[in-house]
Amino acid sequence: MKRLLVSLGSLLTVGLLLLALVIGLNLRGEEPIRQTEPPAVLDAALVERGRYLALAGNCASCHTERGGAPFAGGHGIPTPFGTVFAGNLTPDEATGLGRWSADHFWRAMRNGRSRDGRLLYPAFPYAHYTLLTREDSDALYAWLRSLPPVEQDNKPHELRFPVNTQAALAVWRALFFSPERFEPDPSRDAAWNRGAYLVRGLGHCAACHAERNVLGAPTGRFEFGGGLMPVQNWYAPSLSQADEASVADWPVEDIVALLRDGVSPRGSVLGPMAEVVFRSTQHLSEPDLAAMAAYLRSLPQQPAQEPAPAESTAAASPARAMGQRLYEQHCVQCHGEQGEGVPGAWPALAGNRTVTMASPANLVRILRHGGYLPATAGNPRPHGMPPFGHVFNDEEMAAVATYLRSAWGHQAAPVSALEVFRYR
Amino acid sequence: MPGPLPFQWALVAWCFLCGTLAHAQPSIDRPDPASMAARVQACVACHGAEGRATREGYFPRIAGKPALYQYHQLLHFRDGRRRYGAMSELLQHLTDDYLREIAGHFAALDLPHPPTPSITLTPAQRERGEQLVRVGDAARGIPACASCHGQALVGIAPALPGLLGLPRDYLNAQLGAWRVGTRRAFEPDCMARIAKALDEEDISAVSGWLANQPMPASTLPEPALTQALPMDCGGVPAAEARR
Repeated sequence: MKRLLVSLGSLLTVGLLLLALVIGLNLRGEEPIRQTEPPAVLDAALVERGRYLALAGNCASCHTERGGAPFAGGHGIPTPFGTVFAGNLTPDEATGLGRWSADHFWRAMRNGRSRDGRLLYPAFPYAHYTLLTREDSDALYAWLRSLPPVEQDNKPHELRFPVNTQAALAVWRALFFSPERFEPDPSRDAAWNRGAYLVRGLGHCAACHAERNVLGAPTGRFEFGGGLMPVQNWYAPSLSQADEASVADWPVEDIVALLRDGVSPRGSVLGPMAEVVFRSTQHLSEPDLAAMAAYLRSLPQQPAQEPAPAESTAAASPARAMGQRLYEQHCVQCHGEQGEGVPGAWPALAGNRTVTMASPANLVRILRHGGYLPATAGNPRPHGMPPFGHVFNDEEMAAVATYLRSAWGHQAAPVSALEVFRYR
Repeated sequence: MPGPLPFQWALVAWCFLCGTLAHAQPSIDRPDPASMAARVQACVACHGAEGRATREGYFPRIAGKPALYQYHQLLHFRDGRRRYGAMSELLQHLTDDYLREIAGHFAALDLPHPPTPSITLTPAQRERGEQLVRVGDAARGIPACASCHGQALVGIAPALPGLLGLPRDYLNAQLGAWRVGTRRAFEPDCMARIAKALDEEDISAVSGWLANQPMPASTLPEPALTQALPMDCGGVPAAEARR
């Protein structure tokens, strides 16, 4: 009996210690809330700076629903654990941020906690926004307060148990989140540091360009090592690998063109990156884009993947002949017999990294769903890829992809109908 | 032996030139890459070559539909008032200006229609369909289709679409979507009110009757409204000006 009591007692003690640890880890790095009320007047210069920063952070992509009032929330973000709905950021008293102070907002951006103390889901990328300076947080806050208030209740998240509990979120945060500060690298110039701040912080590029573990936390040795975006099934390619989306050997002006116009002499953007260019990077200043380019060019590089052995490349696949026939029937008109494309209209497929990279996810998605490049000031009337989902069945699509991955000197692995199905 | 005559030289030069040109031409039929036709290749994959849908299948013809109507539909798809995954995905990063230009491109096409398919309707369906199209049902608040879409049902520029030459499945789906709210137009959404007043048999009769009609000699929309619309309709300039 006494032994049982001792065991129970030590279990209880360990439990309480763990609880204290989780709570402590969740509250670390927090500053006390001193201001509890919103300011009476807004500084116009601060508002304007906040407007620009909200573009750099692409806040509208989640917080403005399609066809909805700006920043009134309601957009659902699909995750493997369910759907998280973005909140109303307008200064409405009852349903938005109307009662938030700048301190509350800073705590949300930097520590991921709401005004009422609730822990926020990391679909709100505070793991990246935590690098923001207090000045930038205050500017964003001022700009959001300047918006017309919209009365629109936040939609409750649709998450499964236990992910839908604050306790589970607290454990997740204790394991995977810690507030940080951006520390400039004194060995680099100001532009590089500005680029690092934008790419790693507000731009939250690693929210997509990094692999996640089974609990949805970013993982991997390289911060931008590439990863399959869950549910959406687009592959955000590695920014550290020459055979994926590294820009280490691109001239700065080509990187700037890609982020500003959505198209550059070396490639163009589709899918989620088209969204980023359309809503965010096309609106950024040239110095900021050049700064981001300088930082992206300097990322540590991983070696390219070993080429597959000849007998397992797409060239050896029996589906290749069917793929070539379909290519000549449906694709050659725009992309050309040598996959050369037409500059400014249709992209070259020969030497195209989207065609040859290890993950065929984007190739399959583009074949199936097509897509337009984003319409930007630099490319206001873009060309579009037709969707072929109703033309090709999975086997035919796999054959076309397989042909592309072996044509014109490509040596990538073939694509199976099963993979085509998986990435639909 | 005299040397080649000038015309012979000209012939040689011409053959050389045309040979070069033939070589420079791609061996395939490719639109000028800078043209609008090249820019809307993504549209014609479903809506048929040059926006002229075939009569098999679901996709509506877009060639020759009034420009403002098409522009509004592109906005509706992009902004979520109409729901069709492929359309929303294609349009989501395009600007108002470009969508207006795309709409204008297809509106300006005047292409022949394929033959009308024959759909078997019961005499009762034919009668009910024609009644709703030509006269409407005043007791239930349903105006005649022809009172807005034109007596010849070819539409009225710039915002009222024609109703002929569309697949029956497409017509059924649109009226159904308006009833359940997955297709919306600008407020006041008159078609939503009409569709909600129709029952399933009405819809089947109207869609069958419309899809069965032969195409008139001219399928271009009428140039302008000549009489008041029976209801308030958002997005129709004359009707909006009247309010």
